[in-house]
Amino acid sequence: MKKFCSALTCAAALVLNVASSNVCAQVKIGVVNSSTGPGSMIGIPQKNTIALLPTRIGDLGIEYILLDDASDPTAAVTATKKLINEQHIDAMIATTTAPNSVAMIPFIADAGVPMVAPVGTIAVIQPMTEQKRWVFKTTQNDAVVAETLIAHMAKTGVKTLGLIGTGDPYGENWSTVVSELSKKYGIKLVANEKFQRSDTSVTGQVLKILTTRPDAVLVAAPGGPAVLPQATLVDKGYKGKLYQTHGAALDAFLKLGGKKVEGTILAASLLLVLDDMPDSNPSKKITQDYVTAYEAKFGVKPPTFGAQVYDAGLLLNEAIPLAAKKAQPGTREFRAALRDALESTKALVASQGTYTMSPTDHCGFDQKGGNELITVKDGKWALLKD
Amino acid sequence: MDMQIALILGQDGIINGAIYALLALSILLVFTVTRVLLIPQGEFVAFGALTMATLQAGEPVKLVWLLVALAIAEAFSELMLMRRTAQGIRISSSLVLKLAYPLALAAALYHLNAATLPMLVQAFLTLLIIVPLGPQLYRLFFQPIANAPSLILLIVAIAVHVALVGIGLLAFGPGGASTTPFSEANFEFELLTLNSQTLWVVGTSVLLIVVLYVFFNRTIYGKALRAAAVNRTGARLMGISPVFAGKASFFLASLIGALSGILIAPITAIYFDSGFLISLKGFIGAIIGGLVSYPLAAVGAIIVGLLEAFSAFWASDYKDVIVFTLIIPFLLWRSLTSHHVEEEE
Repeated sequence: MKKFCSALTCAAALVLNVASSNVCAQVKIGVVNSSTGPGSMIGIPQKNTIALLPTRIGDLGIEYILLDDASDPTAAVTATKKLINEQHIDAMIATTTAPNSVAMIPFIADAGVPMVAPVGTIAVIQPMTEQKRWVFKTTQNDAVVAETLIAHMAKTGVKTLGLIGTGDPYGENWSTVVSELSKKYGIKLVANEKFQRSDTSVTGQVLKILTTRPDAVLVAAPGGPAVLPQATLVDKGYKGKLYQTHGAALDAFLKLGGKKVEGTILAASLLLVLDDMPDSNPSKKITQDYVTAYEAKFGVKPPTFGAQVYDAGLLLNEAIPLAAKKAQPGTREFRAALRDALESTKALVASQGTYTMSPTDHCGFDQKGGNELITVKDGKWALLKD
Repeated sequence: MDMQIALILGQDGIINGAIYALLALSILLVFTVTRVLLIPQGEFVAFGALTMATLQAGEPVKLVWLLVALAIAEAFSELMLMRRTAQGIRISSSLVLKLAYPLALAAALYHLNAATLPMLVQAFLTLLIIVPLGPQLYRLFFQPIANAPSLILLIVAIAVHVALVGIGLLAFGPGGASTTPFSEANFEFELLTLNSQTLWVVGTSVLLIVVLYVFFNRTIYGKALRAAAVNRTGARLMGISPVFAGKASFFLASLIGALSGILIAPITAIYFDSGFLISLKGFIGAIIGGLVSYPLAAVGAIIVGLLEAFSAFWASDYKDVIVFTLIIPFLLWRSLTSHHVEEEE
């Protein structure tokens, strides 16, 4: 029998353990994030943002313990258990994608760790249950964003609407929300198609939509894949209005889409159109600070997804001193106090809008919800003026 | 559904089918020669597309460092192997060449302003970067276990795939990219607008299939590969090196993969992890060909492409379900009609 030298070289890419170690670190915040896998386009800017969050609040040191969930719900749960059992975290900022966040809820609720989730889906906070009491959310509810868009459609005379969304929780959620809201506004949903994020062609779906001749088409997809349906629609000669969700609010969308996404309408955070915002907007300064700090550190402008984590940091920043008055960090009482403090957040101005939490509303945006109607003009985001 | 829609869907299906056919062929080739189910085939596609896009954007191609790293690992394991033989360590010219190539390529990329080069040169550069990965991967990961049971080879292939996806994320970032089309021309017919990229994809695929056919039937190297595929032991007795056959099949696989990537990049945005699903569909084509027949695999891949296009129109929710379910009746049919000879492991 031959012996083979098993010099297998394994090029493994991991190493993610950012711990800003502080001697008197007292408050531990666990961060689970999808910085690899399909969610990484959203996860990486969120991970970067953690580095901009305060490491001291008053005389308390804050330690962030970052784990990657590879966009996989099972890995997200494993990371959560690890943070709770081994690191004894006081709070959690997690995670990038909706299914992962939903999967984590039972575990953080069981351990009594408050969690701030930078995800869009309302499923993490509603219907409010004993478990979801522990979850707060820093992104506008999909329904709020959808209502802004559909109200705009109704106002500009759209009678029939075609929808194409991804076949994942993001697209499914939009599909539900849009079917309900379109009835309310008297718009007929004539086509409701699905595609996969990894699809290289959506011609079939687009043709199906075109046969129904809708006045407007809404594309509901997170990140770069939002471009493909729109580009195909334009290629196949669609002349109606095109709407996108806040999932498309990435510079990659402009880069990949080029001329084909010109004139798209979407509702997203003011971060995209900061220069167009009036100074009277209370969030402008905070967002400006965030963008400047991010750009200085990473050399690129942050996408809106980063701001969701930034706001999570601001919420905790506000709540931690209140909780620290009641109990010592590291104890169950502290975590409970932190949860109560988060729930009692009143008129906190953050980068995406103003948060006012209540026992029934753990998202806390008002109806406008920090979203602006935005369009693409000359290859750049611009505030929609109608 | 009218004629026009059917034509457009057909066109769409054939473009995708042509790419799947190319991948099916290379998966089949690698499998028959080395018994490795080449799961990382899709990564060659994604890397090809993304490298091309990176070159066009005038950004540094970080992937070239993978080439350098693999070359160093390869040289190291060669030296280790030599140390055990009687002759001791000798620095051969092929060893030096293997190390010098990626370094020279890296240096050239650093000095060239790739964004200004003509597209054909960019495509050629992309091939220069991606294609050597195939033989390198074979040398490092599959050659040492060439006689292992196919299950182990499959597991290693999966490991290589997972590692390469991670490296893809590191090298290209999470954002997708697409490239400029080879030409902007469109051909208008009464019912159908034929995009010139369609012709490029279909034309190149057909050409490549013809070239492969000639290679396997007319050249001595092609015949040697075929012999190794038909009967490994027999071929070895006839003086065909299994190492050569393995490297050559991986070379062809990475060449076909990178070329498919370059072809498909102008049509759609490719992400670092897009490759897997594309090659999976090529794999279904190969399964339809029973993992032995090239023409059947190509036909199977075209069927997959067409089925995908039409099911996207009729039932977009279930598109992938329909495509992947296709494998079951074909497996049933094949296992009922063909008598199976268990290969000795």
